[in-house]
Amino acid sequence: MYAPGTESLIKQAREIQEEELQKFYGRVLKQLQSSKDAGGELVDSLQRLHLIVSATKYARTLPPELSKKLQALLRSPSSPEQFHALSSAILRESLPLSAQTTWPAWCFPRYRMSTLHMSSPGAGRKEDLLPLCQHLLRSLESRQPEIQPPKHTLPILSKMFTFSSLLLSEDQVNLVSRKLADWLRYASVHQGASISSGGFFTSPRTRQPALMTEVDGAVAGDFFTVLCVGQNYTDDQWMNMYTFSMVKSWLLTYNTEGSSNVDSDDRSEMDSSVMSMVSATSSSSRLLPPKERLREKAFEYCHRLIEQSDRKALKRADAELQKACMVEAVSVMDIICSEDASYVYRAFPCIKALHGRLSTDLAFARALLPVAQFYLNHSETAAVDSEAIFCQLFSRFPAELFNEPMLAFEFVHFCLHNVSVLQEKVAVYRRSFPNLLKFLAWNGPGLISEFMELLPSLLAPDTALELLHTLLDLPCLAATLDLQHRCFQGAKMAVSLEAFRQPTYRGLFLYILRPEAGTGDTIDRLSMLHEALEGMVESPRVVHCAQIVPVLLHVYFNTVTQLADERLINQLLQVLVERSSLLYNIKSFSIEVQRVFSMHLQTLCKLHPPLIVDQYKELLEFASTTTNIYSKEDFYTHLVWVIGEYLSLSYNPCCTVELITSFFEGLEAVLFEITQVRQSASPPRYTPRLLTVLMTALAKLASRSQDLIPRASLFLSKIHSFAHSGPVEICFSEDDTEEIITCAQELNNLLKLPNVAQFVLTPAAQADGPRWHRDTNTALPHRMRAISSLLQNHSSFLPA
Amino acid sequence: MVLCFLIHTVCPVGVLSAGESRILYSRIFGQEEPVLSGEGRELTPEQRRLAQKERHNVVARQVRSAVCLSREASGSVCAEAVLGEETVALGEADSGVLSLGPGEPFARQSVALWLGVQALAFTLVCQPYENLLLAEGTLHKLARYCLEELRLLGLGSEVLLKSDRVDALLQRLLPHGQLLFLNHRFAQNMDKELSSYMSK
Repeated sequence: MYAPGTESLIKQAREIQEEELQKFYGRVLKQLQSSKDAGGELVDSLQRLHLIVSATKYARTLPPELSKKLQALLRSPSSPEQFHALSSAILRESLPLSAQTTWPAWCFPRYRMSTLHMSSPGAGRKEDLLPLCQHLLRSLESRQPEIQPPKHTLPILSKMFTFSSLLLSEDQVNLVSRKLADWLRYASVHQGASISSGGFFTSPRTRQPALMTEVDGAVAGDFFTVLCVGQNYTDDQWMNMYTFSMVKSWLLTYNTEGSSNVDSDDRSEMDSSVMSMVSATSSSSRLLPPKERLREKAFEYCHRLIEQSDRKALKRADAELQKACMVEAVSVMDIICSEDASYVYRAFPCIKALHGRLSTDLAFARALLPVAQFYLNHSETAAVDSEAIFCQLFSRFPAELFNEPMLAFEFVHFCLHNVSVLQEKVAVYRRSFPNLLKFLAWNGPGLISEFMELLPSLLAPDTALELLHTLLDLPCLAATLDLQHRCFQGAKMAVSLEAFRQPTYRGLFLYILRPEAGTGDTIDRLSMLHEALEGMVESPRVVHCAQIVPVLLHVYFNTVTQLADERLINQLLQVLVERSSLLYNIKSFSIEVQRVFSMHLQTLCKLHPPLIVDQYKELLEFASTTTNIYSKEDFYTHLVWVIGEYLSLSYNPCCTVELITSFFEGLEAVLFEITQVRQSASPPRYTPRLLTVLMTALAKLASRSQDLIPRASLFLSKIHSFAHSGPVEICFSEDDTEEIITCAQELNNLLKLPNVAQFVLTPAAQADGPRWHRDTNTALPHRMRAISSLLQNHSSFLPA
Repeated sequence: MVLCFLIHTVCPVGVLSAGESRILYSRIFGQEEPVLSGEGRELTPEQRRLAQKERHNVVARQVRSAVCLSREASGSVCAEAVLGEETVALGEADSGVLSLGPGEPFARQSVALWLGVQALAFTLVCQPYENLLLAEGTLHKLARYCLEELRLLGLGSEVLLKSDRVDALLQRLLPHGQLLFLNHRFAQNMDKELSSYMSK
C-alpha cells in the first residue's frame, strides 16, 4: 500500500535543487500566463508544485509573480474548480502568506465561497475575519426569499463563531437565529426539480413536484428534516441540513443566559415576562424573540427526528444516520432544557419513550448515553426516577460491550464528565467498578489517562480493599476477557481455555467477571486462578494491561492515604505483604508492582507509624523468611528499613523489649544465613544495599534494647572476613565491598557508645521539626548523620 | 467541529525512526493556535506553519502507536487487499478513538478518531463532545473515497500528486470542518458532483 515509489517522490520533492526549482517555477509561470487553455499539462505542473511546497517542514517562498498569478487564478470566477483548489492549496503551504489575510468584498463571488481557506497560518485573526463575517451576514439579510445565501455560509459562520463568539453583535445573533429557525422549520416538503426534468412530451406545468419521503419509503408526514429523502433537494432543504448540522454549537455559544454582549439585567426581565406568557403554548411562537423562537423550532425538529428514527430505514446509510440523529437530537434537547426548564416537561415523555425503545437492543447502546445524560441533568426537575436507567447502564453495558472501543470511550467520558454527580447521587456507580474496569482491561492503553482521573471517584472506604485486589488482578481480568473472545492464538492458550470451561474453576472466573463490588475482597484460591491463566501470560492484551497497573496503583495509594483511617491502613499493609507473593506471573509485572509497594509501604508507615507494632506478626514472619530476599528483594529491603525506622517506643507505646528482641533475632538469623563464609557457600544472590540495610536495621534495634548490643557487635565484626571471601569479591564490586565494610565498622563503633547510638539511630518522632535543629543538643544527631553521609557518599569532599 | 484530517502511514518507513509516521495528506480546519513563541514575540507565518506541521506529526505518532497496540491486542492479521477490493479492505479495517490532552498538541483537549486500513491510517481530530457517531460515519465515507479515488491499495503515488481530489472531497463532505447529517440521497447528490469533478 505504501510503496517505495511514494517515499522516493517525497524525497525528490524535498531535495530538489534551487536551480531546478527556479526553472520549474518559471515553467509554471509561463503555463499560467499563456493564453491558450493548457489543461492537463497545467494541472500536472500545479500538482507537482503543490507537492514541492508541502513536502518540507520549512516553507518555500514562491517568486512574487508566480504568487500573484496563482492568486488571480484563485479569484477568477471562470477558472474550473480544480485550478481553484490547486492554487489555493499551493498558496496555503507557501510563503508569502500575507496575501490571504485581506478579504476585499469583490473577491467573494457566491460560488467561490466554498473554497475559502481560513486555516492558513497567515489568516484567521479576529480583525481579519470581521469583513468576511459582515459579508456573509449581509447575504443572509437579503429580502428575496428565493435567493438562498451561498451553501457554505453556515459552515463558515460556524467556524468563525467557534473561534470567537464575540464576532457577532447582539443584532447579528438575532438575525441569524431568525434565519436558522426558518430553515429548520419551514423548508419545503416537496422534492426539488430534477436537472433532467421533463421530456419532449411533458409540459413543465403538469409536472407537480413529488413530496419527500421518510427513510422507510412512506410519504413525509410532517415538516422537512435531514431524515427525509427525495430525488433532488431544493436550496432551502440544503440549508435545513446545514442548519441542523451546526445548531448544537450555535445554541451552546449563544444561549440567552450567557449572551456575549448584552445588558443582561434588562433582557432577562423582558425574557421572563415573555416566557411566562408563551411558555405553555408553542403556537404563539411568532411572538417570541429570535433566540427563544429558534429554541422552540429546534425543539420541534428534534422531537420529529426522534419519532422518525423509529422507522425502519431501507438503506443502511440511513439507519446509521438515524442513530447519529438520535444522539444529536437528545443532546440538543438537553441543551434547550438546560436553558429553559419549561421544556423539560415537554421533553420527558419523548425521551422516556425513546429510552423504552432503545434499552432492549444493545446495538443502540451508544445512543443511550445522551439519554442517560439527559436523565442526569433533568430528572430531578421533572421528578422522574432514574435509578433503573443507571442500574442498567452500569451493570449491562460494561459487561457485554467492553470490546467496542467507541462505546468504551464514550462511556468512560460520560463518567468523567459527570463524576461529581455520579459519586453523590448514583449509588450504583461506585459499586460498579469491577464492571467499569472491564473497559480498561480490554482497551488498556487507550483509556489509561481517563481511568487515572476516574479512579479516585471509585474509591470508597468500604470497598477500598476490594478495589486494590481488583487492580492487582486486572491482567487476570484481561486474560479472562481475552479467553472469552478467543483473540490470542498462542500455543498455551488452549490449556487456559480448557480450564475456563471446567466446573472447578467456574467460581473463580465468575468472581473475576463479577459486575458489582461487595461480594468479598478477594478469593481464597487466587493462586489457582493464576495457574489456570498461565497460558495467557504472553497475550499482548494481558501484557499491555500489566503495564498500566503500576500507574493505577500509584493513583490508588495517593488517594487512599488521604481518606484511610487506622484500621484501613493496617489492612492495606496486610494486603501489601500478602499480595507481594501472590501476583499473576507476567514478565516483570511482579518487579514493577513491588516497586510501587515499596514506595507506598514507606508512605503508609510514615502516615501511621504504630502500624509496625500492630502488624508485627505478619511483618516478623515476612522478615524472617530468607527466601523472600530472592523473590522480592526490593520489597524486602524496604520492609526491613521501615522495621528499623519505626519499631521503637517513641512511635508506639506498645512496643516492648520482647518485640524488639524477636525482630532482632529474626533479622540476625537471616543475616547469618546469607553471610556464611563456608567454602561451599554460594555467591550472594542479593545486592549490597540489602546487606547494609539489614545491618543498619540490626544496629538500630540493638540501640533500643541495649542487651542486644554485644550480639550485634559480634555479627558486625564478622562482616570484614565475609566481605573479603572469595565468592563475595567476585560478585560485588570493590566499591561496594568497601562500602559494606565501612558501614559495618561505623555501626560497630557507634554501638560501643550506647547512648550516642541511641540518639543517632533512634531520633525522637518529632525530630523533623525545626526546633530540634536550633537547639544544639538535639541537633547533634542530625548533624552527625549529615556529616557521616557526606563523608560516606561524597568522599571527594575530603581534603586530598 | 473537526480540527484536522490526516492520512498517514502506520507501517514502518525506512528512513524514519521507529514509531514515526509519514504524513501523506493533512488538512487543518481548526482555529488559530496560540501565536506566541517562547520569547513572547508573535510567531512569523513560517514559524506558525512549522508549528502546525509538528502538531500533525504529534497526532500521527500517537495514532500510529494506538493502531499498533490495537492490532497487537486483537491479534488480527492484515490480509493484503489489492486494487478493486476497497470494500473488503474497509470491512477489515480497525478503528478506534483516543483523547488528546490539552497541549498535546492542540491548545485545548481534543479527540482523535482513527481508521486503520492496512499500512495507512485516516485520522479525524474533533473537538470534545462532538457527535462521534456522525464523525465515525463521515470518516468511513472519507476513507472509502480516498481508497477509491487515490488508488491507495495500489502502488502508485496519487495520494501525493492528486491531493486536490481530497480537497474537493473535504470541501463537500466536511466543509470548513463541519460534520454533516447526510442521508443517502444527500450523499448521492454529492457523489454526483464529486464524480464529475474527478472525471475532469
